[in-house]
Amino acid sequence: MNGLAVTVDPGLRRDDAQLKAVTPAQAGVHPHHERDDAPAGQPLATLAALVHRDLLLAWRRRADALGTLVFFVLVTALFPLAVGPEPAQLRAIAPGVLWVAALLSATLALPRLFAQERADGTLEHLLLAREPLPWLLLGKALAHWLTTGLPLVLLSPVLALQFDLPADATAVLAASLLLGTPTLSLVGSVGAALTLGLRNGAVLLALLVLPLQVPVLVFGAGAVLAEAGGLGARAHLLMLGGLLCFATVLAPWAAAAALRISTE
Amino acid sequence: MTHPLIDHQRPTLLWERLQPRWARGQARSAAEAAPTRLVWRYASPQAFYPLAGRLVPWFAVAAALLSAAGLGLGLLVAPTDATQGDAYRIIFVHVPAAWISMVAYLAMGFWSALGLVFNTRLSFLMARALAPTGALMAFLCLWTGALWGKPTWGAWWVWDARLTSMLLLFLLYLGVMALQAAIDDPARGDRAGALLTLVGVVNVPVIYGSVQWWNTLHQGASVSFTRAPTIATPMLLGLLLAAAGFWAYAIAVVLARVRRLIAEREHGAAWLPALSPSAP
Repeated sequence: MNGLAVTVDPGLRRDDAQLKAVTPAQAGVHPHHERDDAPAGQPLATLAALVHRDLLLAWRRRADALGTLVFFVLVTALFPLAVGPEPAQLRAIAPGVLWVAALLSATLALPRLFAQERADGTLEHLLLAREPLPWLLLGKALAHWLTTGLPLVLLSPVLALQFDLPADATAVLAASLLLGTPTLSLVGSVGAALTLGLRNGAVLLALLVLPLQVPVLVFGAGAVLAEAGGLGARAHLLMLGGLLCFATVLAPWAAAAALRISTE
Repeated sequence: MTHPLIDHQRPTLLWERLQPRWARGQARSAAEAAPTRLVWRYASPQAFYPLAGRLVPWFAVAAALLSAAGLGLGLLVAPTDATQGDAYRIIFVHVPAAWISMVAYLAMGFWSALGLVFNTRLSFLMARALAPTGALMAFLCLWTGALWGKPTWGAWWVWDARLTSMLLLFLLYLGVMALQAAIDDPARGDRAGALLTLVGVVNVPVIYGSVQWWNTLHQGASVSFTRAPTIATPMLLGLLLAAAGFWAYAIAVVLARVRRLIAEREHGAAWLPALSPSAP
């Protein structure tokens, strides 16, 4: 919590009356931000501090991140119960089931992305920080992926065993999740910023974000199916990487614009 | 000094924040000093409200006449298709609906971008007014597609790339409308909806490409639009007339809806004619 240094610089900032109302003195009153140990003008240090802070918060509330993970396991366990235990059938549906479950888990965790920051006022400090807001939101998305996406990637080989996937398909599944889940976090951050503080925001967030995630789902599950079908997963994985680059460049920018709309 | 085109109580624009500080003042004063050229005059709700009111009946009449001509030509005059029989005749509703639903989303993106850049209130209202019509057309396209698919493909629905991407477009429309409906503050709702529309516009080609990729891998060319290489003249004419009629309908409805939105927003403004007998 105390790793993040937010410096308010009224001389350089935007001229919104309401934002100007927060003076450096007022910001300094906040006990969490008294320490200023990130050197000024070092974007990477700020990013590292932000990610560190989010990881620390996630660690102190382990139940939140664990809940997402358990949801992932639970959803995948429901499918064999519903469609029957024949191994051939399970092998056929495994890529789709695991990817849809990952998509739903990532979406389920999205409302947490800014909710706490909004509640305790940290969000306003992020908006006032010297570093560009898209850069900070890239850090938020990275931390979100580290706490929700990466555990899914690590857990996926175990679940693939349950579905009797062959070893090479399992490796491709993990690789596709590794490339695809960061995109889910990045695109999701736009939706989370847009629906911040709304009534019924979680359902709305899913409604907005899921259609936009279709390409990741198609190429992610497609990679495993192509590998299992003997076509090779290379093309799909390259497309997933391309989507990740695309989202890394554009999503933080859109999320920053959305966050400003939601907080003004 | 007040100006009819400038919302003096508005928040600072995204566009202005991106500009260097020295350019901001200039941009504002230039906008304020600009004479109201024809393009900009109707950016004011006050000027646009009566104009839209005058245009709506014309487009409504054109919609009725052109649709009647197009559908009459298509349903009664055009010859029966050699491969599909009379079932193909739903094309006279299906294709115009598909066309409008796609272009309406682009138009929403255009007005959203204009609104976010220039903060013209009317642009946001245009984007808001387009969404229900676009969603209706996407739904009509899916519905008539199902009715067409049953006799020709033998199934109400197939996971064809075109069908799936139209379904996703319909869901994008619903998402924008749901977001606008969930936000009580009109200004925030306008901006949030506009941003989501723009994100959707960037995403639509990616979604379409991915769905096409997915489809070619799974189904190959087993299902495709088997259309005769040439299309008979009455068919083409009927299709074009029906499309023009649907366009006129869409424009009339959007303009009428914009008038209602303006009346809602500017409630109590002196220039707005009293809408209900009980109003003072």
